[in-house]
Amino acid sequence: MPIPESESKTIDRSQMQVSDEVAIRIAAMNKWFGNFHVLRDIDLTVHKGERIVICGPSGSGKSTLIRCINALEEHQEGTITVDGTRLSSDLKNIDHIRSEVGMVFQHFNLFPHLTILENCTLAPIWVRKVPKREAEETAMHFLEKVRIPDQARKYPGQLSGGQQQRVAIARSLCMQPRIMLFDEPTSALDPEMIKEVLDTMIELAEEGMTMVCVTHEMGFARSVANRVIFMDHGQIVEQNAPDAFFGAPQNDRTKLFLSQILGH
Amino acid sequence: MADTHAESVAYVRDGFLPERPAPARETGVVGWLRQNLFSSVPYTILTLATLWVIWQLGAAILPWLWGGVWHVDSIRACREVLEGAAGGCFAVLTERWAQLLFGFSYPSGEYWRLGVAFVLLGVCLAPVLFPDLPRRLLIATLIYPFVAYWLIWGGTPLAAVSGLAGLAGGAAAFRTVASRGALLGGIAGLAALLAIWWIGGELAAAAPGFLALPPVASRNIGGFALNMILGTVCVSLSLPFGILLALGRQSRLPIIKIACIAFIEFIRGVPLITLLFVANVVLAYFLPPGTTFDLILRVVIMITMFASAYIAEVIRGGLAALPRGQYEAADALGLDYWQAVRLVILPQALKISIPGIVNVAVGLFKDTTLVSIISMFDVVGMIRGPILASTEWNGVYWELYGFAALLFFVTCYGISQYSQWLERRLATDTR
Repeated sequence: MPIPESESKTIDRSQMQVSDEVAIRIAAMNKWFGNFHVLRDIDLTVHKGERIVICGPSGSGKSTLIRCINALEEHQEGTITVDGTRLSSDLKNIDHIRSEVGMVFQHFNLFPHLTILENCTLAPIWVRKVPKREAEETAMHFLEKVRIPDQARKYPGQLSGGQQQRVAIARSLCMQPRIMLFDEPTSALDPEMIKEVLDTMIELAEEGMTMVCVTHEMGFARSVANRVIFMDHGQIVEQNAPDAFFGAPQNDRTKLFLSQILGH
Repeated sequence: MADTHAESVAYVRDGFLPERPAPARETGVVGWLRQNLFSSVPYTILTLATLWVIWQLGAAILPWLWGGVWHVDSIRACREVLEGAAGGCFAVLTERWAQLLFGFSYPSGEYWRLGVAFVLLGVCLAPVLFPDLPRRLLIATLIYPFVAYWLIWGGTPLAAVSGLAGLAGGAAAFRTVASRGALLGGIAGLAALLAIWWIGGELAAAAPGFLALPPVASRNIGGFALNMILGTVCVSLSLPFGILLALGRQSRLPIIKIACIAFIEFIRGVPLITLLFVANVVLAYFLPPGTTFDLILRVVIMITMFASAYIAEVIRGGLAALPRGQYEAADALGLDYWQAVRLVILPQALKISIPGIVNVAVGLFKDTTLVSIISMFDVVGMIRGPILASTEWNGVYWELYGFAALLFFVTCYGISQYSQWLERRLATDTR
């Protein structure tokens, strides 16, 4: 089975150490949309420094799963513990977890009425109460990191899709999160722009960020992830280290899925 | 060599074509005329017909304007001067301008106060209207209502000052206590507010002559000034109420949601004129006997309720137009509900709603003339009542109503132009 190599750069795995500390623990979690059982008995533990890629056919519940982690979706049964704080319906609790967990969306969701810089400083100023000057310095630091400091004064509508997604990553980083969630970050991008976003994500992984990514970029999964999870029908069907996952998938559904997305 | 690739399948372009200017017939004055006025025979006929209509209108109206009589003291004198020639009797405007603008019983020595209030209105609204002005100037906007109240109604400024001090004190008390809980802060703020207002009320009652301007009762305020007062107050009050109603209608709390829906649907289902009659007559039955509840205040409450229901629906449209992702991104960054609303949702929803809000505001401003029906003497009330009923000017319709129309048109056209400028100013996606 041909696996597309990530041709972007040689990846430095030296920093990508997984610690024993638990970042996210999901136990016996169930979720329904009305009568539809979207997530069934999910058990998942993510350690600090792990890079987890979740893949699966559409409608398998993978986006819903990571949206449960920062309470964008409510779960009905089981527990989710993020960085030691257990998710409850208490709003203070939820806002706290959200400020520790960064999220990058498929459609970027930048705030179109604010400049790039203002997009990045909004949450630090209002949630973390950081002084404006300091927030702007931090924002410029992260904009340099995603290589678009020269666009800081522009508005999102003036940037390309790839640039907007990198701003979205910088905006999340400005909150100094301990965990980053990526919900299909490259699915809405032109092929030429996917690489620049993946490069940014790889750099982040190299710095030891705990990452949970829903993505179909199998090259990224193979070179960066330390665990790949395959979901179908709201359940975790198979999870393994990338070499084993791609080299010797066990479940028939996984084999079918991999042959379909890698088969051409 | 455009046809080379038609013969061979393999084709490689070795250079890009330079830009060329558009053909001359597409640009310039001639091009514009051809495209817009004479592009085909039917259009040419329409253009000529329109020009003929414009000519006829001009021929009818311009001599009437040019030949107008400006300085006589009655309609009979006008007719004598004109001797049957075309011309308007504009003398009514020069003789009764003060009544048209200020009503017939505002003391004539105090007209300057309404003038100053009007000029200050423009100055103090500027920081709200023009986002590029320094935000610090918003202080002037905050202080203005109190200054204007003192100028228009007169009396001692102590009442207005204590009103302002009460708000400031209440806000300060809220700020200091709010860290221990929003509810506690709210109670402290309200307590401070009422305490300062009570002290201010006592002071004002004890020293009614302190720095006092001659007081003017509400019933003595009229003319276009009354329309301006009602329009300005009601528009500025109905915007925040409308926002709250629109947010309330989206609330997850059923009681708030139902209350907002009930209010909006009830108010929208009732004609404004009915509400005004309620304000004028019926409200008095519900109040304890002997209480005097200012008529202007009653009308302001009714018009504000009416307009906020409409503005709420306009803003609801703006809220609905925002993609779900904006709410989610705000949530995911850890902003709480009010931060998300204030910093992310409302700036975008209000921008989308500008045309609708201006539509309501302009309509509301013109609807203030309805108060003439409950015998308040706004500009239309003045024309219908004291001026047309007088022996001197009975029969001067076109000039008077034309003048009123001009006043409203200038104001409303100004609002409309401003809103279009604001829409362009806030358009961040196309710059």
